[in-house]
Amino acid sequence: MKEEIAVAIDDLTVAYNYKPVLWDIDLTIPKGVLMAIVGPNGAGKSTLIKAILGIIKPIAGSVTIFGKPYKNQRKLVAYVPQKGSVDWDFPTTALDVVLMGTYGSLGWIKRPGKTEKKAALEALEKVGMLPFKSRQISQLSGGQQQRIFLARALVQNAEIYFMDEPFQGVDATTEKAIINILKILRKAGKTVIVVHHDLQTVPEYFDWVTFLNVKKIATGPVSAIFNNENLIKTYGINYQVSVLE
Amino acid sequence: MTSAQIEIQLIACIVAIACAIPGVFLVLRKMALISDAISHAILPGIVVGFFVTHDLSSPLLIIFAAFTGILTVFLVEFIQKTGLVKEDTAIGLIFPALFSIGVILIAQNANDVHLDIDAVLLGELAFAPFDRLELFGTDVGPKSLWVIGTILIITLSLLITFFKELKVSTFDAGLASALGFSPVVLHYGLMTVASVTTVGAFDAVGAILVVALTIAPAATAYLLTKDLKKMLFLSVGLGVFSAISGYWLAHGLDASIAGSIASMLGVVFLSVFLFAPSTGMISVMYKQQRQKIEVLLLTFLLHLKNHKEKKERHVNHLGEHINWQKSQAKSVLELALKNNMIVINDDIASLTEKGNVFTENAINYITDHSEEAIEEMKKDFFLFRG
Amino acid sequence: MTISEYIELLFNDYTLRTITLGTAILGAVCGMLGSFAVLRKQSLLGDAISHAALPGIAVAFLITGAKDSNTLLLGALISGLLGAFWIKSIITKTHLKSDTALGLILSLFFGVGMLLLTFIQKQPNANQAGLDKYLFGQAATLLEKDVWFMAIVTSVCLGVLLLFWKEFKLLLFDPDYTKTLGFNIKFLDTLITSFIVAAIILGLQTVGVVLMSAMLLAPAAAARQWTNSLAIMVALAATFGAFSGVIGTGISASYPNLSTGPVIVLVASVFVIVSFIFSPGRGLLFKEIRFRKNRNDLKLHKTLSFMYDIAKNHDDISHPHTVKILNNFQGYTKKSLHKLEKENLIVLIGSNWSLTEEGFFKAKNLYNQHIETND
Repeated sequence: MKEEIAVAIDDLTVAYNYKPVLWDIDLTIPKGVLMAIVGPNGAGKSTLIKAILGIIKPIAGSVTIFGKPYKNQRKLVAYVPQKGSVDWDFPTTALDVVLMGTYGSLGWIKRPGKTEKKAALEALEKVGMLPFKSRQISQLSGGQQQRIFLARALVQNAEIYFMDEPFQGVDATTEKAIINILKILRKAGKTVIVVHHDLQTVPEYFDWVTFLNVKKIATGPVSAIFNNENLIKTYGINYQVSVLE
Repeated sequence: MTSAQIEIQLIACIVAIACAIPGVFLVLRKMALISDAISHAILPGIVVGFFVTHDLSSPLLIIFAAFTGILTVFLVEFIQKTGLVKEDTAIGLIFPALFSIGVILIAQNANDVHLDIDAVLLGELAFAPFDRLELFGTDVGPKSLWVIGTILIITLSLLITFFKELKVSTFDAGLASALGFSPVVLHYGLMTVASVTTVGAFDAVGAILVVALTIAPAATAYLLTKDLKKMLFLSVGLGVFSAISGYWLAHGLDASIAGSIASMLGVVFLSVFLFAPSTGMISVMYKQQRQKIEVLLLTFLLHLKNHKEKKERHVNHLGEHINWQKSQAKSVLELALKNNMIVINDDIASLTEKGNVFTENAINYITDHSEEAIEEMKKDFFLFRG
Repeated sequence: MTISEYIELLFNDYTLRTITLGTAILGAVCGMLGSFAVLRKQSLLGDAISHAALPGIAVAFLITGAKDSNTLLLGALISGLLGAFWIKSIITKTHLKSDTALGLILSLFFGVGMLLLTFIQKQPNANQAGLDKYLFGQAATLLEKDVWFMAIVTSVCLGVLLLFWKEFKLLLFDPDYTKTLGFNIKFLDTLITSFIVAAIILGLQTVGVVLMSAMLLAPAAAARQWTNSLAIMVALAATFGAFSGVIGTGISASYPNLSTGPVIVLVASVFVIVSFIFSPGRGLLFKEIRFRKNRNDLKLHKTLSFMYDIAKNHDDISHPHTVKILNNFQGYTKKSLHKLEKENLIVLIGSNWSLTEEGFFKAKNLYNQHIETND
């Protein structure tokens, strides 16, 4: 049986100011996996996600989502940016931020109505943030802010979720809550792709992994490829192999 | 040249030097706009000082205005610390308010204060030689020359004495405090020098030229060098050049000297911005163009290296596989052929031995920046330089 | 002149009415668009653009010889945009930082502008009267048609703002995300930047290049302190801006030798100061009060949990203990004991104290919370 492919990346090369960041990446991500992208700092992990989502224009290569270019498939994709990429002192409430997740399906000019609001409240409920819906976002803790971002993605009701370091600077409770939601998403047949830093938790959280360091090093099931050989290839000889002990 | 002309140019040059020195540190510390804020905000200090002294170049007035300058810095930092608004907003709130107070004070006391708003913004360099300083009954030169000269000497001696500390704290504030130089003392010291210089120069050249003379030479020099000492000398040189050429421009056009000097600074900056050897626009665009081609070439070579399948390497299918325009694919193909990186058999491209080694090295360099392998290629490739 | 006399004058005097209306509209549009500038961290771009507009005015005059304000403002617009464009290319193409780029363009363009203005003044045939007003603005030169023009530009801005409200809000908060949702952020960005530039150019005649940036920033910075909703912030900023215009015009009309621009800026600054200090959510005063209250609460909690530690070892929680055993505890003062008694947490009898039931449970809860947070 042939697996359905959620994301297919073909010969993707990305450069910032013509300095190469990602080189000739070929990567296929099957539908329904919970995948970690790991690699050292500057390996191009966030860039890969941004290139897939069209935030950065690649200089070569192509990306398809369920067989079609991204711009025809926007409604199937949700994105959780790095928490530090926005100004949390912005004058808006938690509910408002989650509502932004509905803007894509609304399109230009149309405003969110009752249906959208209901969806946003449900998403807040799922991440355990309903009591904080009217809070100004700067009054939330780092973990709570991350949950709000997750809720904003959930409300998009997508097939594929891209998350850029969702565990960065969050408390242990939030980390558990987020990973539970991700596992629920996977059970529902969704595909979840996470830029991840903490190698210790890879086997526990994820079932699929991609090693990345400018080039793609390896990709596949965690059980098959999450090993010392690939870790050294990705992080270099000097890397302390302590994860798998 | 008349002696008045020589004196005007001398004053302009000394002002340029006195402004350029703190300017270098302000630009490097990303605080260039503080000089803009100070130059506007000292206006009320000057007016109040003028009520007291009735003399625009009195030392007391300079102390008064310098105090207002430091107060401005302090207020800006206070507002920033409250976190109520973003950093740049704090600057934007403080100086218009203080400047407005100054403008209103002047207008309200127009009969007592012989200060003209135009003079505040533009200075009256042309009249500077007429305000003489007399010591023991003998004429020793224009007053403003003495004022700004004294400030320059103080600035220079501070610069020489604390050069090491300034250098360390500018490039690495953490290291500086670890070494025991208080960043706070240096910061406020620099702000005091900037304020005093602004005030001293203000009378001669006006608020706007002070800002231009502070920021423009330093910014121009920074495009040409990153060495602190060279940057200081260059800024001073560029400042002096603009001061003298600006004077003659004004002479020719019969227009404001301050405006002409600022315009000359603009011309100098624009030429460096466009034509500087490695950081100028033209060179940057050329470099980026080259890099773009090189990245495309490398991408192509790597693609060949990664794919053994024939269909991925077929010359007619390059376009669809790596998503390039036909013409783009063709020029890259030609470039690779010309450099003997690839051979084409039956429309299937494959790497030559040279191409293989080259690609290997390039990728290794880009992934872990190991230098040895790349030394040879650096001569030919922009991609691996700096 | 009393306020009622002034209001009467406002309705009867054509010039004063025109100026007041003009500054009110200007304040409103600047406050509205200034909110966007502040939230985009482009506060000082306005300052640079307004200074950069000066040579454009001079060149427009040199070319056309016209005193017509619309022609001159067109020149201002072009050179303002040129300045903005150059700032952007300095930041993206070189290693110079934004502060340097802003300061450079601001002072260099202004210098060129002054060179041209002084050059124009020396021309024998030129009737240059009126160019000076662009330095500090002269509200008195506002004509009815200028006010109409301002009103039209303001309504267009307001209309577009309302139409694309959702998109602008998204762009301000999270540009990358906006892009992934399929909105054209270049279009939105260009739209908002052009509006900000337009507002600056509109204000040149009234407030002048030097003080124009304050018109954009001050109402927005003040409004931000009172609300956590973007819509309310924009509305408030427009209101503050309009009031600054009206009050500023009023003050400057009531005293001799008071130019309108600086007075409006000062009135707007007063709005800022009041907001910084007295706003209930973020204001410095309430922050300080909350800080003190928290510190006092903390002290009481410390004392209470100390008492709990003693009391929990006894079967009877209300067993009296002498005040003396509290002596070596730093949180204890006569005042804090009385405060605890007032809140019915303890009972004081002579020199003895005992916990009430309420006090015991409150202390127990505090104790548990403490354990949890340490976990």
